[in-house]
Amino acid sequence: MKSKKLSEIRLSMPSLLWLIIFFMIPTIIVVIISFRNSNPSGGIAPGWSLHGFSDIMSLSFAAILWRTIKLSFLTTIVCIFVAMPVAIFMARAEEKIQNLLLLLIVIPFWTNFLIRVYAWKIILHPEGLLKKILYTVGLIGEHGSLLYNEGAVLLVLVYTYLPFAILPLYTSIEKFDFRLIEAARDLGSGPFRSFMKIFLPGISQGIISAVMVVFIPALGSYVIPDMVGGPGGEMLGNKIAQRVFTDRNLPKGSALSTLLILAVILPGLIRLFIKKSNLKDVLFKRKTPGVQ
Amino acid sequence: MDDFLIFDGIHKSYGQYKAVDNVTISVNQGEVFSLLGPSGCGKTTLLRLCAGFESPDAGRIILNGTDITNLPPDKRKVNTVFQNYALFPHMTVRENIAFGLKVAGKSGREIEKEVDAMLDLIQMKDHADKKPALISGGQKQRVAIARALVNKPQILLLDEPLAALDLKLRQRMLIELDQIHDEVGITFLFVTHDQGEAMSLSDRMAVMNEGKIEQIGRPVEIYESPLSSFTAAFIGDTNFFDGRVVEMLPDNYSRLSIDGLPDAVCFNDSARKVGDMVHLSVRPEKIMMQRQSPPGHHKVNIINGVVENLVYLGGYTKYWVRAGEWMISAQQQHHHFQLDEKPLTWDDNVWLSWHADDGFMLEKYHLDDEKMLTMPEDGDLLAEDIGNAQPADENEAGEEL
Repeated sequence: MKSKKLSEIRLSMPSLLWLIIFFMIPTIIVVIISFRNSNPSGGIAPGWSLHGFSDIMSLSFAAILWRTIKLSFLTTIVCIFVAMPVAIFMARAEEKIQNLLLLLIVIPFWTNFLIRVYAWKIILHPEGLLKKILYTVGLIGEHGSLLYNEGAVLLVLVYTYLPFAILPLYTSIEKFDFRLIEAARDLGSGPFRSFMKIFLPGISQGIISAVMVVFIPALGSYVIPDMVGGPGGEMLGNKIAQRVFTDRNLPKGSALSTLLILAVILPGLIRLFIKKSNLKDVLFKRKTPGVQ
Repeated sequence: MDDFLIFDGIHKSYGQYKAVDNVTISVNQGEVFSLLGPSGCGKTTLLRLCAGFESPDAGRIILNGTDITNLPPDKRKVNTVFQNYALFPHMTVRENIAFGLKVAGKSGREIEKEVDAMLDLIQMKDHADKKPALISGGQKQRVAIARALVNKPQILLLDEPLAALDLKLRQRMLIELDQIHDEVGITFLFVTHDQGEAMSLSDRMAVMNEGKIEQIGRPVEIYESPLSSFTAAFIGDTNFFDGRVVEMLPDNYSRLSIDGLPDAVCFNDSARKVGDMVHLSVRPEKIMMQRQSPPGHHKVNIINGVVENLVYLGGYTKYWVRAGEWMISAQQQHHHFQLDEKPLTWDDNVWLSWHADDGFMLEKYHLDDEKMLTMPEDGDLLAEDIGNAQPADENEAGEEL
């Protein structure tokens, strides 16, 4: 047993070292800097302080934090809802069609991310085609804007992260035994109930992965709100960039990053927790029937 | 009650392939009715039609006087035991069994009581809080049965329920199934490719081939008086002789002429006429083997041959005896039945005999049936034919590998 554990550690050493050097240490450095004094020239001054966290007290920060969480949450929900039927269709299609659809989902990645966001900027632009069509149809006023608001950020976030939601869902649905749905129907359960009680729990690992893969990067997004968000669509990532590049205040930027790191670690911890026990039992403190 | 479940002129095709072709079956209330046939014969399709997972192209399904042909599966008072059990992996044994009752909206107390009763019936009380991944194949099987039975269906569908179990466990589960049926008294519709399972469990059975019903009857009727050469060959082993009716004898007997063999006497139940070409089917275990010529009798057929091959199978020994152009298979239960107390062995000269009532005349089988036969038609005994000519049990064990 002991030697087995030893060999496990030895085998995972390279990736562990990689993670420590390129991930853990930089993260720790960021956390440390957030507690340092700032230097007007953009560096770090000697001494320790909590000055970096003073931003958190301001009202505008609360609004941005709320918007960041709200947009990430909405992005996740929309992505899961859109990705679910796509993934189900893909998983149940013939193998040839499956491969074709997988290819179609991956193809956008061959184009640079920035260029794709710029493309959205052109589509949503006040002089752009979409605005003109919507204006002609009467769905939008002359001064209504598709660009530079929360909606635009949400749209592009969903566009960007949708493939990341589809892929884990597809993988778990493909492994799902659809005869279980037949069994549920056979036992008197209607289509909706069978979906909720048998299908969703059956692919729960895929759903959790999809949520993580969308929610965490969405929390930290910076380029998308910067390009299509305008001042009304700023997210925490933009605030961090502003602190570092415009204000040249490294501790303040680091303090915000530290908050974001916490926000990202928290769902990760929850996920670890879920894996060990049933989510419902954790949330509602419910006893499983039969365990008295 | 008769006509409890009726399949009335059912047709079901997948593209060009006719899975079920004009099938009409009537199942009585409380009986165990088996659908038996080789894979692809349409038996599973028929079961899925009854469960509501498929809908027929034509025909009606009537359960207890109600037309259920177009009802969705959840609206039918029918429950299924699936071949792979299809237990819900994220639920415990207890939750699996309770699922149908919960869906039906029963109170928690009622559910607990009925599930407990079921757990007692299948003797799984100690494992009630385990997930399906942690219990054995036989236990899963029992949970699957309990999960279906707890809903008190009007009919229980069993789709090859024992196929995934090993031989010993299968035999035990077969007895348990029989006991459960005796206790609950629900009508069972049982799909299997295993004649042993079908014969031991069924009150009546339907033999299916290529989407059609070959014969419906009690196991003893099917085995002792098959109506087609397919049934004769699929259920158990048999010898087929090509013959022609040459003379009608008194008391409904006929004399057959068979190329290369002495004329045979056979009971002529289906009124074949002189000149008709027929198959004479004789089961191996009905043929007696002796070293001395048995005394002649006008109702006993006697053939002289040489033992070409034999396979010792424990409970009995299987012989292939060459008689002229024919290879005849026969069975002996005991090595020392011979007068000289020596077992029959290779190259021994033997006398084969069978009673006229033990042979039956059938129509000529068509070519596709040949795969069912254990005896090579032209008398050539090939190595692979010996391999095929095993008792049913071993054949099925091989299929699972």
